[in-house]
Amino acid sequence: MALITYRDALNQALREEMQRDDRVFLMGEEVAVYQGAYKVSKGLLQEFGEMRVVDTPITELGFAGVGVGSAMVGLRPIVEFMTWNFALLALDQVINAAAKMLYMSGGQYNIPIVFRGPNGAALQLAAQHSQAWESWLAHIPGLKVVTPGTPADAKGLLKSAIRDDNPVVVLEGEMLYNTRGEVPDGEHVVPIGVADLKREGDHATIVTSGKMVLVAMQAADALAKEDIRVDVVDLRTVRPMDVAAIAASVKKTNRAVVLEEGWELAGIGAQVVDYIQRECFDDLDAPVLRVHQADTPMPYAKNLERAAKPDAAKTIAAVKRVMYRGD
Amino acid sequence: MAARKRNASVAEAPAPVEAVQSDRDLHTELFTSMLLQRRFEERCAEAYAVGKIGGFSHLYIGQEATGTGAISVLRDDDYVITTYRDHGQAIARGMAPKYVMAELFGRIDGVSRGKGGSMHLFSREHNFLGGHGIVAANIPLATGVAFAIKYRGGDQVCLCFFGEAAVNNGAFHEALNMAGLWKLPVIYVIENNRYGMGTALERASAINDIAERARAYDMPKAVVDGQDVLAVRQVVGEAVQRARTEQVPTLIESRTYRFMGHSMSDAVSGTYRTKDELEQYRKRDPITVLKDYMEAHGEITEEDVARYDAEARQTCEDAWQFADKSPEPPLEALTEDVLVDTTTDTLT
Repeated sequence: MALITYRDALNQALREEMQRDDRVFLMGEEVAVYQGAYKVSKGLLQEFGEMRVVDTPITELGFAGVGVGSAMVGLRPIVEFMTWNFALLALDQVINAAAKMLYMSGGQYNIPIVFRGPNGAALQLAAQHSQAWESWLAHIPGLKVVTPGTPADAKGLLKSAIRDDNPVVVLEGEMLYNTRGEVPDGEHVVPIGVADLKREGDHATIVTSGKMVLVAMQAADALAKEDIRVDVVDLRTVRPMDVAAIAASVKKTNRAVVLEEGWELAGIGAQVVDYIQRECFDDLDAPVLRVHQADTPMPYAKNLERAAKPDAAKTIAAVKRVMYRGD
Repeated sequence: MAARKRNASVAEAPAPVEAVQSDRDLHTELFTSMLLQRRFEERCAEAYAVGKIGGFSHLYIGQEATGTGAISVLRDDDYVITTYRDHGQAIARGMAPKYVMAELFGRIDGVSRGKGGSMHLFSREHNFLGGHGIVAANIPLATGVAFAIKYRGGDQVCLCFFGEAAVNNGAFHEALNMAGLWKLPVIYVIENNRYGMGTALERASAINDIAERARAYDMPKAVVDGQDVLAVRQVVGEAVQRARTEQVPTLIESRTYRFMGHSMSDAVSGTYRTKDELEQYRKRDPITVLKDYMEAHGEITEEDVARYDAEARQTCEDAWQFADKSPEPPLEALTEDVLVDTTTDTLT
């Protein structure tokens, strides 16, 4: 085990997979000479050369399509979006090309591609740079969507994504890149579609993923001081979703809060609540509550941004409500 | 994935340019291919009218010389990628009409197992990378195919077709900029049939000489008479050679005309073009242009034409019968091909 940053964990995954398979290459804005807008690709140009670490013009739709085209004929591209906020321009290629090619070709053309980059809000970047797109992407059949919340999961899930023969979306977090965690040495692969119980408790369940895992853990720590013990179910993958893991926890605790970074309507949490009501209807002792971003574009002002974002305090309040514990 | 041998061609795939072939044989091959495409599309119109084909169906009638001439200079290991107006080009590439027709009928024997339809014909066996339904979206894909060729150090090329309306789309600009920047072996063929659905070129593009746009991407350009299959063959052949040996992309504008509506749900003429205009263009039917040339050079007789026509009609009748008898996809097919199992060498 080594204590490394989320950024370095991703960098290790990229390096190891590029060493392992020479069909794997990385392309995107500033990935090569600049060493990555967030330094995730540091050192890769020097090790693998400019054919495999490719700086692109600022042309998200175009280079996403170049990636998909190259995957049609046997390469295994990793397309980095400087942020998923910019990837909206590329969604036609992600959805209409990558996700559907296998189906509309009757099984002839699978697309082994990874689309990755930071997702969601950072700090005071305002409306156009602070959006969490997991529910949009999870909506699409033909994609897999992973949301690693820790360095170990970042490395293991990115490696799985690169080895997967399907298009995989990897949603990272700008605010996660500097976080540290234990990452197993050597080969470390986390399977796609398997949740992880990040904290064990028996009073309530917090279901979450991605950047919100840290928020859930803060909430769990604070709740523990009040003798409230929660399960934190880290989905890790939002498509396909590990319904069995959610149900197992809720059947044990009988109470659930779903925490996500994005907006409420048609959010990931809405789907989790649907699974819970189907799988655990008779086990519930309270309605399932959700914690999410305010239903507004992200404001710039510090106080408003704080008010808009889901956080530990809002999560703690929700857990207390499902336990009918008012303060 | 197993090769799809059932997709094997009835009409032989065009021979590589290197092959020794007499002019007469070559011209006959081009002529019979175009004639087959024409008869095929006529049967499609008929099948659409009686409800055998659903959805959208964009016919290639009038434009056959562009696809046929361009594809005729490719090797089998080169790649073709195109738009939703893809029936003729699939046939020109050697995909058997019966499997194409079965696809249009939504049957299990279709080239895409009945799941793609008219706009999404694919054949891995023929390196035919699809009919794509979003205008200009296939242009970045073609650029990626060419990137992969360069990455692997091969001497293949990628041939990419799209209509003139696509040049106004951002994807065109983004892709051609990268192809010019990175010197990729791709040939972009604009099929300028004058109208993006019902909007004339000069009502959509700031410049009418659209091949000029190549300058912005530092790539060679060419303009060709899209009704003359031999001229198309010549121009695309030069571009293919350039791509193969020097890894230089080319932008070609093939000036053509569609004799039918944009799709089967669109009138042949009316609000956006006159009947007179249509009649003028119909005088330069690409099949007639080649026939006249061959007659003048003693390469074809009226009897030959009648025989080839009868053969083409029979092939299309057989295709219809085959498609009509092919079963609908089983309901299990609904949920197949969404994802592939990642259980091969990739997780070891």
